[in-house]
This record gives sequence, C-alpha cells and structure tokens, in this order.
Amino acid sequence: MVIKVDPSKKWSGPVRPYDIIKEGVIAVVVVALLAAGLSLFFSSPDDKAVTLKSWSNTNAPDFVQTATGELAGTTTSAGYGAPYNHAAKGPTLGPLKLQDWAGVRIPVDPANSFVVEPLLTMNDINATESVNSWKAASVDQQGKWATAYAEALSKAPAAVSVADTGNNFGPVPAMITSLLVMAKSGALDGALTTSDTPLPTDFTKPLLFLADSEGYFADLANKQHLSGDQWGVMNETGSWPGQSWLWLFSLGYQIEPFKSSPNADTLVMSILALLTIGLALFPIFPFIRKLPYKIPIHRLIWKNWYQRKL
Amino acid sequence: MSKSSVEKNWTARLRRSTLETMEPEDLLPDNQPAYVASWIYVFGVLTIASLVMLIATGLVLTLEGPSWWHVSSVGHFWNSMHLWSVELFFVFMVVHLWGKFWMAAWRGKRTATWITGVLAFGTSIVTALTGYLIQTNFDSQWIATQAKDGFNAMGIGAFFNTLNTGQAILLHVSLLPLVVGVIVVWHILLVRRKGVVPPIDNDATIDGGVF
Repeated sequence: MVIKVDPSKKWSGPVRPYDIIKEGVIAVVVVALLAAGLSLFFSSPDDKAVTLKSWSNTNAPDFVQTATGELAGTTTSAGYGAPYNHAAKGPTLGPLKLQDWAGVRIPVDPANSFVVEPLLTMNDINATESVNSWKAASVDQQGKWATAYAEALSKAPAAVSVADTGNNFGPVPAMITSLLVMAKSGALDGALTTSDTPLPTDFTKPLLFLADSEGYFADLANKQHLSGDQWGVMNETGSWPGQSWLWLFSLGYQIEPFKSSPNADTLVMSILALLTIGLALFPIFPFIRKLPYKIPIHRLIWKNWYQRKL
Repeated sequence: MSKSSVEKNWTARLRRSTLETMEPEDLLPDNQPAYVASWIYVFGVLTIASLVMLIATGLVLTLEGPSWWHVSSVGHFWNSMHLWSVELFFVFMVVHLWGKFWMAAWRGKRTATWITGVLAFGTSIVTALTGYLIQTNFDSQWIATQAKDGFNAMGIGAFFNTLNTGQAILLHVSLLPLVVGVIVVWHILLVRRKGVVPPIDNDATIDGGVF
C-alpha cells in the first residue's frame, strides 16, 4: 500500500492502538508522584513577610532617612509619576508616554500618605502639633526644612535624629521621631493599610514605602540574590527554583542598552510583547517556518517512521 | 425553516463550527496514526496533567485561605505541591513547544493550534506571576515591588496593581485559571479536530499497511 502524506488531510494510513483516557490518567498519576516526591524532598521556601515595624526596629536610621526623603520628595515613590502621582512622566517608548497614558488611578502622595496622615491618627499631642506646623507652612518652606534635615541625617548615617542647632529643620525632626515611634510599635503598618478600609487587602502604600528603603528592603533582596542585576526576576529566595521561564525578560536587564536606560522597563516589556507576538506568528515568517526543514531534528522525532519509509 | 434562516441561526452555526467538525472518534480516539510514536508526544499530555495538578492543589489551598500554609505543615506541603506542579508544568510546556516547533506542527492548516498554544504559554506566565504575588511572604513582597515597574511602564499598572494582594488573589484563583482553561481546551479541541501533524515530507510515500 502506498500512502501520500498530506498534512491538511485527515489521516487514512496505518494506525496504532491508543487509549487517550488511559494516557491522561497515567500522566496525572506520574505528575502527582513527581510533585509529591519533590515536595517531600525539597519542600518550598517561605521567608516571612517584612513590615514597617520590622524595618524600623532592624534599621531605624534607614527608616528615618527614607521617611525624611518622603517629605523632601526625593524617594523613588515621591518622584514616580503615574499611576501614583504626577511627579514624573515615567519611562517612554520614543514619543509614546506609555506610563502616563492611563493617568493617576492609584493616588499616592508619599509625604502625606506615608508621614502626615498616619501621624494624625496617633492621637499624640506632639505629633499633631508638629504636623499642624508643617501644614501651616508653604510648600517651599516644607521643602527647605525636609531637605535640610535629610542632608543632616546623611552626614550622620547611624543617627535616628539630629539636633536642630541652626533652626533649619522646622517640625520635621519631631514628625520623623513620632513616625519612628509609631512604626516601631506596628501602628504605622495598620495606619497605612487601613486608611481606605478597616479590612485591607491592598498593600500598595506600605509596600511603596518599604521599596523606597535602600538599607533594609533592597538589602534583604540583595542577600537573597533577588535584585534586578542578579537575574532576580527569575530567582526565588534560598536555593529553590523561581520563575525560570522569565529568563528572557530578566536577560533584558543584564545587557546594554537596556541595563542603563531610564526607559529600561518600557523597552524590555515592549520587546517581550513583540517577541511573544512573533512566537505566535512563527508559522507565517518565511525564514523561521523553514528552520525545521533545514535543521532536521524531526528526523529524530519521527525516526521510526523514516526508517520504515522506502 | 428556509436554508438562509438556518444559516443565520446562531445555535446551528455554533453546532456546525464545533460539534459537526469532529467525529466522536476524533475527540476520544482509540487509535493514532502510526507516526505518533515518539517520547516528544508525552510532553503535551504531561503539561495537561500538570495543569490538572495545579488546579487540584490550588483548590486545596483555596479552601483554607492564603495564610494557611504559613502556619500549618499540611498547608506547607500543599503549597510545595502547587509550587513543584508549576515548575513541572512549565518544563513540560516548553519541551512541548520546542518539540512542536521542530515538527513544524503548524502545517496542514494548523496555524490556529500553534497560536492557541502560544496564547496558553503567555497567559500561564501571567497566571504564575499572580501566584507568586499572593504567597504573602517576603518573596511576594519583593516580586510585587519589582513587577509593578514593568506593568506601570506600559500603563497596565493603573489597572493591574501588583501591590494590591486582594486583586492578585482574585485574578489568580478565578479569572486567570478560567482564561488559561478555556485556551487550553480550545487548543486541545483544535488538535483533536485536525489530528496530529504528520512527519515533514509532504511528497513522501510509505510502503506497508501495518506499521
């Protein structure tokens, strides 16, 4: 019997016995046993979540510097832009301001959201008075106070406060000291998560605040090889495998010109989106669709078939 | 009913484009073309089996809530099962994808099968990311703060906020598994309807009735 192979026609040639249900059941059992074995031998990582409380108790100087930076408008969050605030336009793709297109849909004003508003929930006379002084001042004056205090703290990196010998810091030291007390007690975590609802599921504010920390949150991630320049996108805490399927995404952040570009996120995400569309369109790309013919790996896959062919 | 009204009938059109495109033997076959004889074919069904395990272990975790696995050794085991199932899922899926590439499996009007496979791969990556976001531990906190920059840079972060754990939980346990499930079922139906792509060799002939 001579059969012509036409991939678009229903197969009418020789067949072999097959049981799709049996195959599926065996596959599920095999995967279940594999997963159970791997789980019993290797378990899974679970490094406890960090909080503003753990941060302020572990590295109080870093907390104080970051909080002052929020008032001075110098932190990442304070200068982020959409979707949190209007401080910047964010990364662009040529003339396209992609980050800005949807506007500010998750409003976060770090100075107010992370420092001023939580202090008002403290019910502490000193905290309230310092906040009232802050609010009564002009934006320009607030900036001068916070910047001067931030500079003073940067010269004393181990300190949690600096004396105002030149009367340059206004109410900022009192506000930051009160915020530190609040954070150490755990009350700041509650204040930031319950500002919108008493039963929170949204951790945008505390996580943005934590992410502004360079001496705690980022430091912990570095030690766990999770930073961007450590291929952190595809890593997991400890020695467990992470999202290894994100290797190409992670690669983008390791090489130039993306690595040092201020538009790295937009560039890498755009390229990944194009590559994914390209992968879907492999069947119509003339060169790529011919590769399986030029590199005959199919000869291995269908070895038995080709061996029987005359 | 006139012929034109039958052609316009939504139900009739759906039946023609789905049920009437396949014989029962296509959907649940008890034999396969003789060339379907390679280990590479195992990886498709292993991917589906891993998805079944992901759904099963995910349901166990869903029943007890997102914090259970932090305080219970039983919960931790099921979290481990879920984690290793996803690792296996992607390994099998990637081998399946490359196997199908070298088989040029889009031949014979199977382009839609290839595209739905890539769609399943892409949506699975997003689903997995939301899973990592809802671990409620340090890893999830760090991933949330890093991933937000990528989504924000594209303007997507205004709608999908990686820092909003509640949103990530709902996406991971409801919407995204549904999307992945629909795409995977669609992909499987296309495979069953078109049959397994034959070997590369359009003009080839074979001698012998029993393989």
